[in-house]
Amino acid sequence: MSELQKPKAKPLALRLLAIAVVMFGFGFLLVPLYDIFCAITGLRAPIEQVAETDIANSDIAAREVTIEMVANRNNSAPWEFRPSESIKLVDTGSIYEITYFARNLIDEDLTATAAPDIRPVEAAKYFKKIECFCFVAQEFGPEESKDMLVRFMVSKDLPKHIDRITLSYTLYATPKVAGNN
Amino acid sequence: MSEAVSHDSHHDDHGPAKGITRWLFTTNHKDIGTLYLIFSLIMFFTGGAMALIIRAELFQPGLQFVDPHFFNQLTTMHALLMVFGAVMPAFVGLANWLLPMMIGAPDMALPRMNNWSFWILPFAFTMLISTLFMQGGGPAGGWTLYPPLVLQTGDAFPFMVFAIHLMGISSIMGSINVIVTILNMRAPGMTLLKMPLFVWTWLITAYLLLAVMPVLAGAVTMLLTDKYFGTGFFLGAAGGDPVLFQHIFWFFGHPEVYIMILPAFGIVSQIIPTFARKPLFGYEAMVYATATIAFLSFIVWAHHMFTSGMPIAGQMFFMFATMLIAIPTAVKVFNWTATMWRGEMTFETPMLFAVAFVILFTIGGFSGLMLAIVPADYQYHDTYFVVAHFHYVLVPGAVFSIMAATYYWLPKWTGKMYNETLGKTHFWLSTIGVNVLFFPQHFLGLAGMPRRIPDYAIQFADFNMVSSIGAFIFGFSQLFFVWVIVDCVRNGKQATSQVWEGAEGLEWTLPSPAPYHSFETAPEIK
Amino acid sequence: MFKGLWKPICATVAVLGLLALNPALAAWQLDMPVGVTTLSEMIRDLHREILIICTITAVVLFGVMGYALFAFRKSRGAKAATFSHNTTAEIIWTIIPIFVLIYMAVPSARGILEIEDAGNPDMTIKVTGYQWKWGYEYLDNGVSFFANLDELSAEAARLDSGIDVMDIKHYLRDVDNRMVVPVGKKVRILLTANDVIHSWWVPKLYIKKDAIPGFINEMWFTATETGVFRGQCTELCGRGHGYMPIVVEVVSEEDYAVWVIENGGESPTVSTTEISTDSSVAAL
Repeated sequence: MSELQKPKAKPLALRLLAIAVVMFGFGFLLVPLYDIFCAITGLRAPIEQVAETDIANSDIAAREVTIEMVANRNNSAPWEFRPSESIKLVDTGSIYEITYFARNLIDEDLTATAAPDIRPVEAAKYFKKIECFCFVAQEFGPEESKDMLVRFMVSKDLPKHIDRITLSYTLYATPKVAGNN
Repeated sequence: MSEAVSHDSHHDDHGPAKGITRWLFTTNHKDIGTLYLIFSLIMFFTGGAMALIIRAELFQPGLQFVDPHFFNQLTTMHALLMVFGAVMPAFVGLANWLLPMMIGAPDMALPRMNNWSFWILPFAFTMLISTLFMQGGGPAGGWTLYPPLVLQTGDAFPFMVFAIHLMGISSIMGSINVIVTILNMRAPGMTLLKMPLFVWTWLITAYLLLAVMPVLAGAVTMLLTDKYFGTGFFLGAAGGDPVLFQHIFWFFGHPEVYIMILPAFGIVSQIIPTFARKPLFGYEAMVYATATIAFLSFIVWAHHMFTSGMPIAGQMFFMFATMLIAIPTAVKVFNWTATMWRGEMTFETPMLFAVAFVILFTIGGFSGLMLAIVPADYQYHDTYFVVAHFHYVLVPGAVFSIMAATYYWLPKWTGKMYNETLGKTHFWLSTIGVNVLFFPQHFLGLAGMPRRIPDYAIQFADFNMVSSIGAFIFGFSQLFFVWVIVDCVRNGKQATSQVWEGAEGLEWTLPSPAPYHSFETAPEIK
Repeated sequence: MFKGLWKPICATVAVLGLLALNPALAAWQLDMPVGVTTLSEMIRDLHREILIICTITAVVLFGVMGYALFAFRKSRGAKAATFSHNTTAEIIWTIIPIFVLIYMAVPSARGILEIEDAGNPDMTIKVTGYQWKWGYEYLDNGVSFFANLDELSAEAARLDSGIDVMDIKHYLRDVDNRMVVPVGKKVRILLTANDVIHSWWVPKLYIKKDAIPGFINEMWFTATETGVFRGQCTELCGRGHGYMPIVVEVVSEEDYAVWVIENGGESPTVSTTEISTDSSVAAL
C-alpha cells in the first residue's frame, strides 16, 4: 500500500538535481541579496539625489555632528592620498562639500578607483552622498594631483547617540598598475 | 521497485567481477562503500601525517622543521583533506554499506551514478595534493579560503578550485542517491518513522548537502572569476566586498559542520541501544531534534564572523540563533543518557567509542555554546580555543563515531569478528591521546595564542608540548585501527548473523558477511 | 575493563608532572588573563559565568551518565528495562536549557551594546594591517609609524637560526615601535588593511576586530592601568602571519604628551574636537 505512495526514482533524482542547480544559482543570488542588505543597513548606500525641499521640510531640529575623514591606499600603490581636512563639524540637514587630495607619485600614467566606507554602521544610511568620486575610474598623468569632491548631507533622522561619523575612502590602483609593482 | 534498480540488479546477480575491474566498474553498494571507506582511511592518514608535521613544528617555540609558508599550506591542506577527504567520504561509505541493508533494499537506487560519484574523488584529491608541488606551493590561505589572501595563491589556485568543484559534484551525486534510495526503496511496511535513526540522520544530511555544496561551488567559482576574469565580487576596487565571501562561505560552512556530525548522531543512536539492550529513548524526539538542528544550521552562519564588523542587530540575531542550537543538541545527549539508564550494558569496542563520543562531543558542544556569547567570542575568536572546540566535535565527535561504526558493523561486512583486546587498546590509546592533544588547546586559546601560526611566544611553550605529545599518541595509535581491520579480515573468527546480542534492525537478519545483493526479496516489516 | 585505564592515566600524569617540574616551563596559564580596561571585567565575567554553567551541567550530566555506566552493567547483573519514553522528563530537560540560555543571553546582549558604543572618544588611532607589519596613525596629532617585529625575534625566528628562543624574553611579542596611549582616556581605533584581512588583538585589552582592506572597522578601549600589553595578528594573512606582534604601552597623560612631541606630533592634546590638521596622510 505504502508502495504506491513512493516517488519514482528517476523523476525524484531529477528534482533533487534541480535543487542542486537552483542552490548553485542561489550562491550567486547572495551577491545582490547582500547588496540589498547593505543598502537597507546603509553599509553600501548608493549615491542619492536629495532634493533641497526634502531637507527644508524636516521637522527635526538640526544638530552638530563630527565628520571624520580617513584615506587609505590599497597595496601600497604610489599615491599620496589624504582628505583636505580630517575633521569637519557639520549640521544635520545641510549640504556640505569636502575634498580628498590625491597625487600620482610616479612618472607614469595611473588610473585609480576609490571605494567608500562609513562607521558606525548604524550611521551609514543617514549619510547621504549627493556627489562622490567613488567607483569612478580617475585618470592621473605623471605626478598629476587632483582634488576630488564629495557632496553630502547628514540626515536629521540620525539616531541621537551618534555624534561622530567616520568616512573612509580607499584608493585602489587599477589591476594593470598593481601588477607592474 | 523502480525500473532503474531492477534493471541493474538483473545484470549483476552473478556476484562480483574478478580483479581490478570489479572495483573500477562496480555498481554494487557494498563494493562502493568499501572503496569510500578505504579512500577515507587513506585520506585520514595523509591528513593526519600533515597534522603530525604541524604538531612537530609546534612542539617547542622556534622554527625547527618547516618554513612558515609551507606550514600554512599544511594547515590548509590538512583541513581540506580531513573535511572533504576523510570525514565526508567515510560517512558516504557507511551510507552505501548500510542504507540498503537497513531499509530492506537490494542496492542503492542509482548504482551507476554511485560508481561515478566515488571515482571522481581520487582524481579530485590527486589534483588537490599535487598543488603542493606547483610553483608558489599549494593553497595556504586556510580551508576557509578568505579573499583577498586566497587570491595570492600561485599556480595552484585554479586546480584547488576545480578540485573543490569535483568534490562538490561527488557529494551532490552521493546525496541524490541517498535521498532516492531512502524515499524510493524502503521495504513494504517501513514507514518513515520506522526507519533506523542512522537512515533518518542521513536523509536530513543529504538534503543539507544538496542545499549547500552548490553554494560552495558558487563561492569558489566567484573567486576564480575574480582572479582571472576581472569580476569584482570580493574586490573592494570594483565595489565588491571580501566580507561577502565570508557570508557565502559560512552559509555553506555551518551546515557543513552538521553534515559532518548528523550521521555521527545516527551511528551512536544505533550503537547505544544495542549495548544497553534497551530501545532508544525518545526516537521521535531524536528525529525532530535532528531536523531542528538542520534547520537552525542555515540561520547561524555569521557566528563565525563576529569580529568582521557586523551591525549590532546582526550580532544579536546570530548570537541568539546559535544559542538555540544548544537545545535540540542537549535533547539528544539527554536521550542517549536515558537510553543507557536502567539498561543492561556491556562495553565492547563500538560501545566504548560511542560512550566516549557522547561525553567528548558534549565537551565540544559546551565550548560551542561559550563561543556563541559574542562579548566573550571577541576573545576566543581565531585562537586555539576555537581549534580545540572544532577538533573536539570533529575528532572524538565525527571520527570516533566512524570508528565506532567500523567496529560495530565490521563483523557484518567481513563475516569475521575483530580482536576485542586490540580494539580496546586502540580505543584507550585514542581517547587518552585525543584529550591530551586537544584539551590543553583550550588553555592556549584563552591565554592568547592565535590559531594558524607556525611559531609562538614562549609563554605558550608548555601546553603546546603537551598537545604535541598527545598528537603523537593519538596519531600512532591509529595504526592499531589498521591492524585490527587487517587482523579481522585475515584471522577473525566466523561471526554470527546477529553478531551483537542486543542488535536490532534488518541488517542483522542478513547472514555475515552480508550477501552481495542485500535483500533480493524485500523483507516484511512488522 | 576499566582496570586497563589506570596504566595510561598514570603514564600521562607522570609525563605532565615531569613537564610541570621543568623550571624552563613556567606559565601553565589556564584562563583568560585579567584585563586592564573598563570593559575587560564585564567580558571576563561573562566568560566565567558561561564556563561555570557549562561546568555545572557537565558535572551533573556526566555524573548521571557515570552512575549509569557503573550501575547498569550486565556484569553487575543489571536487567534491561523496556521504557523508551517519558514525556515529563523530556519536557523538563527541554525547558531548563531554555531558561539557562535566556539567563545568559540578556547580559551578553547588554555587553554587545557596551562594546559597540565607540562614541565620544578622547583620541583616535588609525591602525592599518600590512603584510606583515602594523601601521599606526594618530589622527589627532599626526604621529605615525610602522611597528615591525623586533630584530632579536626576527633573527631567532628563522629556520635553523641556532638561537635558543627561550632566551628571548618577548620572543615574537616585541616590536620596534610601540603604540603609546594615555591611561584613563577613551582610545578609539579605526582598523583597515592595505592588502589582505588582518585582525588586531591584545588579550589584556579585551578587544579584537578584523582589519579589512577597503573598509574600516572601529573599536575602543579605556585602559585603567599603565603598563605594556602584548598581542598579535589573529587572522591568517600569509607567510608572516605569526610575525606581526602588537605592543601597546599605556602611560600617564604627562608621559604621553612628552612621547607625542618626541615623535614629531603636534600639540599634545587629547581632545579631537579642537584639532584640525591635514595630518592623516595615507602615504605613511
